[in-house]
Amino acid sequence: MRALLALVALVMLSAARDPILVPEVSQHEVDLQQGFTGTELLLFGAILTPEGSRAAQDYDIVVVLKGPTQSIVLREKEKVAGIWINAASTEFRSAPSYYAIASTRPISEIVDDKTAAIYELGLQWLQLSPIGAINPDEQARFSAGLVELNRKNGLYRQEEGGVQVSEQVLYQARIDLPSSVPIGTYTAETFAISDGRVVASASSRVEVRKLGFERAVANFAEGYGFAYGLLAVFVSVGMGWLAGRLFALI
Amino acid sequence: MDVYLPIANLSVNGLVIVALGALTGILSGMFGVGGGFLTTPLMIFYGIPPTVAAASAASQVTGASVSGVFAHTRSGGVDYQMGSVMVAGGIFGTGIGALLFNLLERLGQIDTVINILYVLLLGSIGGLMAKESIQTILAERSGVPLAARKRRHHPMVASLPMRWRFYRSGLYISPLAPLLLGVATGILTMLMGIGGGFILVPAMLYILGMSANVVVGTSLFQILFVTMATTMMHALTTRAVDIVLASLLLLGSVTGAQLGAQFAQKASPVRLRLVLAVIVLLVAGRMALGLGYRPGDIYTAAPL
Repeated sequence: MRALLALVALVMLSAARDPILVPEVSQHEVDLQQGFTGTELLLFGAILTPEGSRAAQDYDIVVVLKGPTQSIVLREKEKVAGIWINAASTEFRSAPSYYAIASTRPISEIVDDKTAAIYELGLQWLQLSPIGAINPDEQARFSAGLVELNRKNGLYRQEEGGVQVSEQVLYQARIDLPSSVPIGTYTAETFAISDGRVVASASSRVEVRKLGFERAVANFAEGYGFAYGLLAVFVSVGMGWLAGRLFALI
Repeated sequence: MDVYLPIANLSVNGLVIVALGALTGILSGMFGVGGGFLTTPLMIFYGIPPTVAAASAASQVTGASVSGVFAHTRSGGVDYQMGSVMVAGGIFGTGIGALLFNLLERLGQIDTVINILYVLLLGSIGGLMAKESIQTILAERSGVPLAARKRRHHPMVASLPMRWRFYRSGLYISPLAPLLLGVATGILTMLMGIGGGFILVPAMLYILGMSANVVVGTSLFQILFVTMATTMMHALTTRAVDIVLASLLLLGSVTGAQLGAQFAQKASPVRLRLVLAVIVLLVAGRMALGLGYRPGDIYTAAPL
């Protein structure tokens, strides 16, 4: 009887053996330059057993693409004396500049709230680190406001059902980057989840950067304000003068 | 034609921006105003960040006023002495404007202040222009000429100490008056991304009482230098001048300005002023509505 129990336990253990994830991103560098109007990243990979064979089990897959975090101040408009002006505000220490999540099923069906909060799975679970002693209700209102704002601008997205798994081994998700995507180092994380438990995770990096002319202009404006200003003045005076001369000829 | 703007950090349709520049260029050629009062709000409406829009609009006004200044220089329509005093005031004004801009941005009230300034200024100036041009048109129709203005300049101007002779303007007044006028337009240029022509021209006519034949040339001269100073100030402080955006705007506006100038020679100046007044009032009305209606975005985020 004891031997039988041990055998059952062994079988269960091996069945629960964690799979490994082999993730890949369609491009590790996103170059912001002329002609860039946004792009689509393909996050894909395979779910394998430690031996390297097909996992042959249904896992839920969640992929998260996250941009560098930044400190921001969020202001809320209020109607004062008939006009809408900024009134209350709060600061967030670690608001991701970009956040996209895709999953095989709705997050709430895959994990419980606690796990979702720990792994920051979903827009409502972002750890934004608000500063200042404001009460939890207000904090929740501001966090929701920030998420809504960025979602509208295409910088925060949540696509439940955005991950397809084929033959229990290959998964893929497409994530849109708008043209206003902020620069920085992004992390692409993949989670394999079974019975509400994260059984495997893997991450890779994506670099979003300005290139060539665009980078030169941004660096020039940032580092050499005076010379950049002179150039802008020169361009505007030059173009105005040139147009005057050209039209005088006609 | 998609163009990626390196400072604004987004991609726009270049043709839309060129068309926007052309529209304001035609206005500036026709009416002798910079057209910044239209460019900045329209760019913001198109989705360009407000700071970048205001910073880049100034260089467009520079471009649009260059050919105007050359034209007026040739016909002797610039009072350099008066212009220099106003430029000095204007450059000082952009400095104050930069400080105000910074302060208001930290308080989070820059957008509201810009909007209120637009409504007040455009509303009052547009109203004045409309009233004046309608009166003139009515007087022309009825054949009864308008009573001539009694005084040259505002009594407050006459009470200022220290008087200079401004020969071309035909004035003997204190330089403090044009200096203060310059300071005021400098502040507005920095805050609102406008050239201030639509404020300068009436102020020079009715407050300073300058001769009409040097008013437009001198105001363009002042605008040219003050917008140059504004571009420099933005490049040094907000770092929000987008040279790609400015070039696109310029491409449209310098061409438009030439077309507008040719058109202006054929049309009656009084009717042109009435049209400009209507446009100015429409922009003011649109902005007033924007202040009163519940905005689409209750929340706005800014980096710390």
